[in-house]
Amino acid sequence: MSTAAVHSLWTTAAEPISKIDTPKIEYGQLSPTLIVIGAALVGVLIEAFVPRRSRYYAQVFVSVVALCAAFAAVVALAAGGYGTTKAHIAAMGAIAVDGPALFLQGTILLAGLVGLFTFAERRLDPEAHGNRVDSFAAQAASVPGSDSEKAAVKAGFTTTEVFPLLLFAIGGMLIFPSANDLLTLFVALEVFSLPLYLLCAVARRKRLMSQEAAVKYFLLGAFASAFTLFGIALLYGYAGSVSYARIAQVVDGTVTDVDPALANTMGNDVLLLMGAAMLVMGLLFKVGAVPFHMWTPDVYQGAPTPVTGFMAAATKVAAFGALLRLLYVVLPGLRWDWRPVMWAVAIITMLGGAIVAITQTDIKRLLAYSSIAHAGFILAGVIATSKDGVSSVLFYLAGYSFVTIGAFAVVTLVRDAGGEATHLSKWAGLGRRSPLVAAVFAVFLLAFAGIPLTSGFAGKFAVFKAAADGGAAPLVVVGVISSAIAAFFYIRVIVLMFFSEPKAEGPTVAVPSPLTMLAIGVGVAVTLVLGVAPQYFLDLAGQAGVFVR
Amino acid sequence: MENLIALLIAAPLLGAAVLLAGGRRLDRVGHWIGTLLSAASFVFGLILFADLLGKNAEHRTLTQHLWTWIPVGGFQADVTFRLDQLSMTFVLLITGVGSLIHLYSVGYMEHDERRRRFFGYLNLFLAAMLLLVLADNYLLLYVGWEGVGLASYLLIGFWQHKPSAATAAKKAFLVNRVGDMGLSIAIMLMFTTFGSFAFGPVLGHTGDTSEGKLTAIGLMLLLAACGKSAQVPLQSWLGDAMEGPTPVSALIHAATMVTAGVYLIVRSGAIFNAAPDAQLAVTVVGAVTLLFGAIVGCAKDDIKKALAGSTMSQIGYMVLAAGLGPIGYVFAIMHLVTHGFFKAGLFLGAGSVMHGMNDEVDMRRYGGLRKYMPVTFITFGLGYLAIIGFPGLSGFFSKDKIIEAAFAKGGTEGWILGGAALLGAAITAFYMTRVMLMTFFGEERWRNQPTRSPEAPSAEPAAETRGEHTEPHPHESPKVMTIPMIVLAVGSVFGGAFFSIGDRFLNWLEPVTGHSEGDSPLSAATVTGATMVCLVIGVAIAWAQYGRKPVPAVAPRGSLLTRAARRDLLQDDFNHVVLVRGGEHLTRSLVYVDHTLVDGVVNGTAAGFGGMSGRLRRLQNGFVRSYAVSMFGGAALLVAATLLMRAV
Repeated sequence: MSTAAVHSLWTTAAEPISKIDTPKIEYGQLSPTLIVIGAALVGVLIEAFVPRRSRYYAQVFVSVVALCAAFAAVVALAAGGYGTTKAHIAAMGAIAVDGPALFLQGTILLAGLVGLFTFAERRLDPEAHGNRVDSFAAQAASVPGSDSEKAAVKAGFTTTEVFPLLLFAIGGMLIFPSANDLLTLFVALEVFSLPLYLLCAVARRKRLMSQEAAVKYFLLGAFASAFTLFGIALLYGYAGSVSYARIAQVVDGTVTDVDPALANTMGNDVLLLMGAAMLVMGLLFKVGAVPFHMWTPDVYQGAPTPVTGFMAAATKVAAFGALLRLLYVVLPGLRWDWRPVMWAVAIITMLGGAIVAITQTDIKRLLAYSSIAHAGFILAGVIATSKDGVSSVLFYLAGYSFVTIGAFAVVTLVRDAGGEATHLSKWAGLGRRSPLVAAVFAVFLLAFAGIPLTSGFAGKFAVFKAAADGGAAPLVVVGVISSAIAAFFYIRVIVLMFFSEPKAEGPTVAVPSPLTMLAIGVGVAVTLVLGVAPQYFLDLAGQAGVFVR
Repeated sequence: MENLIALLIAAPLLGAAVLLAGGRRLDRVGHWIGTLLSAASFVFGLILFADLLGKNAEHRTLTQHLWTWIPVGGFQADVTFRLDQLSMTFVLLITGVGSLIHLYSVGYMEHDERRRRFFGYLNLFLAAMLLLVLADNYLLLYVGWEGVGLASYLLIGFWQHKPSAATAAKKAFLVNRVGDMGLSIAIMLMFTTFGSFAFGPVLGHTGDTSEGKLTAIGLMLLLAACGKSAQVPLQSWLGDAMEGPTPVSALIHAATMVTAGVYLIVRSGAIFNAAPDAQLAVTVVGAVTLLFGAIVGCAKDDIKKALAGSTMSQIGYMVLAAGLGPIGYVFAIMHLVTHGFFKAGLFLGAGSVMHGMNDEVDMRRYGGLRKYMPVTFITFGLGYLAIIGFPGLSGFFSKDKIIEAAFAKGGTEGWILGGAALLGAAITAFYMTRVMLMTFFGEERWRNQPTRSPEAPSAEPAAETRGEHTEPHPHESPKVMTIPMIVLAVGSVFGGAFFSIGDRFLNWLEPVTGHSEGDSPLSAATVTGATMVCLVIGVAIAWAQYGRKPVPAVAPRGSLLTRAARRDLLQDDFNHVVLVRGGEHLTRSLVYVDHTLVDGVVNGTAAGFGGMSGRLRRLQNGFVRSYAVSMFGGAALLVAATLLMRAV
């Protein structure tokens, strides 16, 4: 039984059992994902069996160890040549182990680790009844404002379930960009989406807003998933398989054997085009591209800020990874069809994100629109359809994710009596009161704006160059115009922080524990290193720029 | 032997680094470290010179490649040094005179708290100047060019507590920027024209290039030379630069840095030879400046400013000679060297006089000093005889050659240039005799005078540190100051004769610069005779005015020309009216355009985007149902567009 035919198992279950070989699973090559998901399961057991007061420490310990071990496994695989010469498709055709997959997994793991630090931060919120608390609700299940909530706060509960949820999300994200058939893709999508919906709902402050955000995210996410699934069904109808390789062969017309059961639909281009469009739409929803972006500001604003930071960074990395693989491995034969459409999406995403951000007054919403604009910039690199396009997107994602987590980590520091002070007017004069925090935030904003000597510039330069080389010069022009518009509101925040008089009853800057400092420090370091000496990492991304087929 | 070249620069560079970074603990020995490293560089220079002399004329070019500075595609900038006869001459002048002036400064700056820093800057200057003359390409030369500009700025403004010094430094820096712009444009033009800016490729391929491009490069180089060498129209900074300590005036603003422009023109001779229009411009600039500087020098009562005018004028001679092409290159450099001796000597003499006179610079408050400062009088006197071209002394040989070469240019131009040079010689004799008479002869006008006059503030620092407020007691300077003066005086007396007899200098330099005789309408003897007549006339007029009659202690009102010359022939007024006022008008109109047109467009765009943002924002109404509709619409569009793409 050939590897490609494994997937007919889904449809030929009636065949005799004796014909099924034991699935061959390359545990070593899948170890990063397995470690993370295993640790998540351990986390669930910790919730069940470890006493409440030790859970936080046990969870943080297990999570940190798991993420570090998984990252070490990724590095070992890359060093073992799985990113280049030994790249292949593992797990009976379900998972690709290749350069882009390893690069993105490494990025997601590091971003996850840094995000974990912000999750574990317990010094920012004032102590509740003598207990140190984090950004998450005392008891997620208690109704906001109810007696049970008060009791939970008084008892010093914390939602330590966030750690296994985070690990599950990371596990799904690790599979997402390396999925090599449509079903694995869909399962991974749900594995990382469902924990994120939950995480969005568990903010300690402004709980109703947080729950509203989670519900919105869940409803719209489910809606998008439905499109994705429908697209998968149509593609299966078209190709008679969910395997990326097989679909690509059918698209290219190199397959002649037709499954009799699908004889009526196979090779029908309408199915192909509709299926591809819907599948791509599901991914565009995850990256937050216009017009599938409307959840982004509401969810970013409502979710607990550490979750927002992690989600904004890691989801984007995973979803763009999957999008790249889909467009480069499955649909390259179709690029004359999807490129013009993606052009349009990229243009309205860049312009839409940048323009609407101008009038935002909440820092989290501002960053949400900024992330929409950035999705547009990255799409420009995706459209290049070249090896440079892949590596520039990889580089951009790596730089962008650390800037994002760092920026949201800074947002968690600026607080007033009601928790985080996210309204922009409260940030006035922050540079006078806390020059260091304001300076760090300014570095992140400059990186978002793509000012030279930050990772944002190197990344933007790389994707625009790849896009221009790929014949998308008008897209680059729009990108540069959008960058100029975007620079306005980034710099406006800097001006606000440094050149406005501080408000009399302005927010204070909390002194965080070393965890958040580490997260912010890593963000600044990566931003500056990738900005000042990007060549090594560009080369690394360049080596990792080839998909296995 | 090539490896020694880098050491020439490394020694003073090390000195600058040690002295500037070493801090106060080096205060007590810093000046000797600086002097020693300067002398070390001079010794390396002598060793290399001996090596060059031991070779045949055609093998006297040494190069040392250190590293490739900027390798970017076709843009290849190397750190390579080139030592040939021309740069060797400069190396010996820079390190030799430089070492003497270091020695002199040990005495002159003895009471200055920041002496260590002063020597650090002097060493920095030496390193930069050596880099300038040793560079094998124009880009590296530019580094040295900027380096000497920086050192000059730091040293002019060394007494930064005096507003006049700080202003003078700034003025010098700004005016030099204009010239530097010329050099950078010239380098860019070279790169686009020749694909390189190394001397070899650029100067070797002038034959394959259009004259227009060469003229453009030449004019830009001339602009650079005007800035650095204080030639009209960028001359205005040199007089004010006398605010710096006198050793600085001697080394940088007389003997070495200000001659960098002459070096640049002679070095780029191949370009100018192929661009006659640019050459003509060079000669015009030289001729105008030599008269301009000389006239200014006649009217100044400040001894250093009088000498500064003279410097400007003498460099004008050199530029004139350099503009004459192969007829003049050798003589430009020869005059440059002899001028380096006698003008440095004159400045050191002036410094010695000031040292003994409580830092008084107004010559109307000098007089009869020969009795009190015999060594200074003799050395200054020999320098004086050298500069006016007294037969047998240095200036006689070198200046006479330039005047001959100017006539040898031929045609009307030759007559005009030669005439100007002759007239300049007469004026030189006049103003130098005036300086000599006012300082060392006549009544002792300093008696019963307060030391400083309100309208002529001293160029030197607070007199409190050096002596009392009352009547000065002129005295000879210490040996550490007089010895360099004596050495320079020897050079002033014998240098010209040594170079000229047997055409030593000509034979030495000819392989680099080339030489041709030209055809003069006048015989050499005629020109020499005419020069002598001019000299005598100049001295006689000066004697009649300042020798026979007593010099008034307060300057008379003077004629219109005198008053104009006292104001540097209205150079600053000209700059103020034309450049400052004009610049202000230009900025004001540009600001207006910026406010109305540019800001209007920008603000309009911003308002447009803001309005768009406000409208788009309303789509984000918070209802999941509308979000879902938007997604559905988007998906429908996406599918439709994809299908449509296939259909068309």
